Amino acid sequence: MSDLQRLMMEPTDHHAQALFAGLSDISISQDIPVEGEITIPMRSHIREFDSSTLNESVQNTIMRDLKAVGKKFMHVLYPRKSNTLLRDWDLWGPLILCVTLALMLQRSSVDSEKDGGPQFAEVFVIVWFGAVTITLNSKLLGGNISFFQSLCVLGYCILPLTVAMLVCRLVLLAEQGPINFMVRLFVVIVMFTWSIVASTAFLADSQPPNRKALAIYPVFLFYFVISWMILTFTPQ
Amino acid sequence: MAAADELAFHEFEEASNLLAETPDAVTTSGSGQLTPQGHVAVAVDSGGSYGAEEEVEESDKTALLQEKQQPGFWTFGYYQSFFDVDTCQVLDRIKGSLLPRPGHNFVRHRLRNRPDLYGPFWICATLAFVLAVTGNLTLVLAQRRDPSIHYSPQFHKVTVAGVTIYCYVWLVPLALWGFLRWRKRVRERVGPYTFLETVCVYGYSLFVFIPTVVLWLIPVPWLQWLFGALALALSAASLVFALWPVVREDTRLVAAVLLSTVVLLHALLATGCKFYFFQPLPLEPLAPPPQATSLPLNLLPPPTPRSQVT
Repeated sequence: MSDLQRLMMEPTDHHAQALFAGLSDISISQDIPVEGEITIPMRSHIREFDSSTLNESVQNTIMRDLKAVGKKFMHVLYPRKSNTLLRDWDLWGPLILCVTLALMLQRSSVDSEKDGGPQFAEVFVIVWFGAVTITLNSKLLGGNISFFQSLCVLGYCILPLTVAMLVCRLVLLAEQGPINFMVRLFVVIVMFTWSIVASTAFLADSQPPNRKALAIYPVFLFYFVISWMILTFTPQ
Repeated sequence: MAAADELAFHEFEEASNLLAETPDAVTTSGSGQLTPQGHVAVAVDSGGSYGAEEEVEESDKTALLQEKQQPGFWTFGYYQSFFDVDTCQVLDRIKGSLLPRPGHNFVRHRLRNRPDLYGPFWICATLAFVLAVTGNLTLVLAQRRDPSIHYSPQFHKVTVAGVTIYCYVWLVPLALWGFLRWRKRVRERVGPYTFLETVCVYGYSLFVFIPTVVLWLIPVPWLQWLFGALALALSAASLVFALWPVVREDTRLVAAVLLSTVVLLHALLATGCKFYFFQPLPLEPLAPPPQATSLPLNLLPPPTPRSQVT
């Protein structure tokens, strides 16, 4: 450093050569070899990643996605303040749940057209358009959650109600009667509360504080309608 | 005199500043009204004559405000301006529609020229679902009295309810707004309501039907008609009180016809919903006669049509 200081204090032309000579003296090329290729590390990393997912077996791909979906199911069943649902959103889980629910809820084709329960398409439309409407509502009210994150959360929180549907179908195999109905009512109410609690835990933080109730009420209405469809399901 | 002039000068300056500032509070909701802008124009004129530099500032500010409050209808911000309400404001508006007072104009006092779409949309959605659900529940109650009634979820009624209510809350205000604008030339003082304000009035006036529909579960006919009449009276009163200031400047005939049409349409909606979604229950269950079960059902005339004639 003393060399540099000496050089700085003498800024004249005839010392130009001396300047460069001094620089070569203090160059650090002797310590660290500055040579080799300059590659951007990320690009090579991504190339490796791509080739690895292309070459892996189909089972690996499917299992990885299924594990991600299963992890999110666990987060819904035991709602904690975690960001997994929001950060790594995916729509596989909601699709699986919606299709399962619609398949179980649809009325058989021998029913009369007018008076029965919902068709497959009706359940599908209610679930997806309901979720889209609630998401648009929360964004219009000024929430800072992205469109697909909100769809993901609402879709995954149908899981308790799908479980309720399964339980109801099993209970309906037994004899009908008021006890049967009471059991189904209790199960549906518990699962409905679970759905609301789970989705509120994820969605409430993204709303401005003086509009939280305005954003949560449509979620309540949405799960109430689905619970009503589950409760009034009568096998033919 | 100089002191009085100075006082007067300061007053106008503050007032014009206040008037120039209040558009921030009123018009950033983007209701697209003409009257607040008219107020702003008046403030600029009166403030501008009292100082050159203030005139430039205020005209710049109002120009900016006018640019800011008109986002195009293709932007998200335009629609966000219709949802610019807080929870307490929505609850306040619902309370205002539940308790209509003759002097209090719903639009001016509760909405304060800031209509929102949240209230009408979700009140209609709730009402549609509550209608379908309680209508289905009455079928459950009917089946418990008369086991020959076949229970079914009747999911198509959800669609019918939704379409009816949403069409009512959008098409009838559209017709009303169009009619009021057409008659605008007769009125000088009070401008007509914007389309959104009319939708708001109708949407919030339907709120009183939600608890009424739930109360219609009680299977006592005269009580059902009493609740229905009460709800219709409250709802129609809030509509009439909201429309009266706009309509009273018109000729008597037009005002009377308009208000009675509004009330009649509202009554049609209420009674239509009552008859379509709520079938009258059968009479008190007969003591289950053991010999009736031995006869095949298709030989006995079904008891329900006869019991419906009450």
